[in-house]
Amino acid sequence: MDKFLKKEGTASFLSAVAAVIMGLLVGLIVLLVASPSNALAGFGMILTGGFSDMKNVGQVLYYATPIIMTGLSVAFANKTGLFNIGGAGQYMVGAFAAVYVGVEWTFLPPVLHCIVAMIAAMIAGAIWGLVPGLMKAYCNVNEVISCIMMNYIGLNLVNLLVRQTIFDSARNQSYWPADSAELSKLGFDKIFVAGATPSSVNAGIVLAVIAGIVMYIVIDRTKFGYELKACGLNREAARYAGINEKRSIVLSMVIAGGLAGLGGAFYYLSGAGAGIAITEELAAEGFNGIPVALLGMSNPIGSVFAGIFISYLKVGGQAMQSLGLAPEIIDIITSVIIYFAAFALFFKLMLAKLSAGKQKTNANAEPVSQNAKKGGTA
Amino acid sequence: MSEYVIEMCNITKEFPGIIANDNITLQLRKGEIHALLGENGAGKSTLMSVLFGMYQPEKGVIKKDGQPVQIKGPNDANRLGIGMVHQHFKLVHNFTVLENIILGVETVKGGLLKMDDARKKVMELSEKYGLLVDPDALIEDITVGMQQRVEILKMLYRENEILIFDEPTAVLTPQEIDELMNIMKGLVKEGKSILFITHKLNEIKAVADRCTVLRKGKYIGTVNVCDVTQQEMSEMMVGRKVNLKVDKEPAQPTDVLLEVKNLSVHSKHGTKNAVNNVSFQVRKGEIVCLAGIDGNGQSELVYALAGLEKSEGTVILSGEDISTESIRYRNTHGLGHIPEDRHRHGLVLDYPLAYNMVLQRYFEPKFCNKGFLRYDEIFSYSDKLIEQYDVRSGQGSKTIARSMSGGNQQKAIVAREIDRDPDLLIAVQPTRGLDVGAIEYIHKELIAQRDAGKGILLVSLELDEVMNLSDRILVMFEGEIVADLDPNAVTVQELGLYMAGAKREEV
Repeated sequence: MDKFLKKEGTASFLSAVAAVIMGLLVGLIVLLVASPSNALAGFGMILTGGFSDMKNVGQVLYYATPIIMTGLSVAFANKTGLFNIGGAGQYMVGAFAAVYVGVEWTFLPPVLHCIVAMIAAMIAGAIWGLVPGLMKAYCNVNEVISCIMMNYIGLNLVNLLVRQTIFDSARNQSYWPADSAELSKLGFDKIFVAGATPSSVNAGIVLAVIAGIVMYIVIDRTKFGYELKACGLNREAARYAGINEKRSIVLSMVIAGGLAGLGGAFYYLSGAGAGIAITEELAAEGFNGIPVALLGMSNPIGSVFAGIFISYLKVGGQAMQSLGLAPEIIDIITSVIIYFAAFALFFKLMLAKLSAGKQKTNANAEPVSQNAKKGGTA
Repeated sequence: MSEYVIEMCNITKEFPGIIANDNITLQLRKGEIHALLGENGAGKSTLMSVLFGMYQPEKGVIKKDGQPVQIKGPNDANRLGIGMVHQHFKLVHNFTVLENIILGVETVKGGLLKMDDARKKVMELSEKYGLLVDPDALIEDITVGMQQRVEILKMLYRENEILIFDEPTAVLTPQEIDELMNIMKGLVKEGKSILFITHKLNEIKAVADRCTVLRKGKYIGTVNVCDVTQQEMSEMMVGRKVNLKVDKEPAQPTDVLLEVKNLSVHSKHGTKNAVNNVSFQVRKGEIVCLAGIDGNGQSELVYALAGLEKSEGTVILSGEDISTESIRYRNTHGLGHIPEDRHRHGLVLDYPLAYNMVLQRYFEPKFCNKGFLRYDEIFSYSDKLIEQYDVRSGQGSKTIARSMSGGNQQKAIVAREIDRDPDLLIAVQPTRGLDVGAIEYIHKELIAQRDAGKGILLVSLELDEVMNLSDRILVMFEGEIVADLDPNAVTVQELGLYMAGAKREEV
């Protein structure tokens, strides 16, 4: 048992579980305050809503797809010690690129059309990551600030481009991508179905999981991952080792942006009947990547599960509408749970402290540096 | 009244897995200078932390004037009149001397500082003990020796009776060391008691009355300094016979390996150059030492050679101009570098030891195949180095570097750099934080490299190391090389004068 507790992976998992339980308890309290009579029934729905029928299971995976991608995006940048808060902008420009290709380039044959749309989304997202990356590497501009700026530039640029190119004035949003650009259902519409209504889940979730696995391999097994992590953990030592730390920073942001952009493509190419709406709000899927990455401890596989968990809460929350609770209350409750869930790192530190009392510690060990702590919480 | 002002009796402090202090007794007489001698990891720091209440011992008592006392924290220690000059001074750099001295014990009237009283008291103290300082100078403008005096005045201002000096001479020139010794003698004459933590035997010989020796957490004994020789003390410290003098044949230098011409590095602060128009050569088969007081441009010079900092001028290694080449190019073309700061440059602390062992080589075909790291190769290489260089760590190659002791971290870096087999090895304080045994080993290893025809550029602040190891000494002062000396033809005192800028030759 001691050995089990000591393992890094186990500690991460346990603390994530502890954080989730805390979050759920606080969510219950909020629910009790907001609507005492419906509280327990509502709470039950949050917990079970995602499993209530096969369609909802499908919906969980469907909503999870984009936030897994933005979560991977945040997690990837974090490995190089960067905080990619630009997921919303990268996601939106990626979405626009995918929808534009989906609407306009109908000369492409079905599968190829979809692939080209996804590549376009990745490139657009990557460019949105490239700019903060370059500014960080060569001008030492804090990536948080430039990412936030890029979010607004991306949002307004997408609004403008949608209006000028692929605007459907009847729906006040962009046209929907052509059928040929849609992601394949892979037969999921036969499995995840309730009555006659299938869920919107599609090949996107499979691709997102593959992205997570590929990222895990890149980070953990390759020379490239070694360099990125070295830069994230100790930039000076990376320089000393001859690693081009500027290149690593830029590449890390480019890849992070590409992942988020691809998330945008997955959402809008799902064939669920969605166009890009003209809006003044930054895409929530972009920001939800942050709690996903935090809850997943910046581990790619962890982020996949965290994305599914957060999506599960969302579907459970939607089920609560049948109780007549205002959607805002549902949002508050799910947010509270996510908020607490993001404390996973805090619980991990607590666990470490608890076990440090028992385990052997080296009196000569170096204290945990400020930098390492930041890398985790950022 | 007890004979001892402070007694630590039978102190045992355990950390899980390690007994840091095993039944240690330390008795400080009133008015004596008592040396505490031990290698790194012998338990000196732990013992002092117990005295300052940072740790509570499992066993043992602390007595002040014969009365048992409880020390629960530094404030308790201060109340008992115990003060410490830390190895790394704890001063506010943009405050004046006076402000630093009164910091934390300000006398105030109606919320306003009463500086005049404090100034009077400080002036009195500094005159009484011969600690001349300018109370209005900013800390950042005064020398390290002066800063140390401020630390001493801080203790005196707080009316501490028991003064602890933690490795106080590490940052001083030989002349400043002599002055410090005189100050310490003056302090005990006025009735203060001094505990002097060090591993330099000649200093103990020079000032201490008695000496307590610790080894690997155990109490070895307390001796009267006048009754023992340095050799005997070092044997007590290490537990075996050690060779205090490094054996080496005269150097047989051959071709020029490194040629530096008119190298300048801009300073990060101010307009002056950190390294100013420096030219020198290192030949194959010689150890050239850059001596100097910390902060006179040695670090910047090394960074420039390694490519870590921008510089002007020419650097030629093995006949090839590498002035504008990348760090990676230099690393892979015959340059090895044991960095000054192992945490900042030398190691990725959160990487396992094995990853750190291949920090400049992970991309070589041996360790990397088509972009994928070859784990087996990396770990077996790391295991080999660990074995060969006796690097000790909890879980071998898998150990996270952060959890290793400083000495073993240093050994790992030395192992890595020597094993890369560079033509020119730049070793900056390669033995810092190591025990005598490991120092001996690394010195031998450096000499072996030299005898194998490699060039070594050694940067060291330890004068013993400079004198023992080098074949040629270059002295740096304020960014310039002020002397090119033969270690056999120069005394430590003379070297000190060059280091302090009091003397220079045309080179």
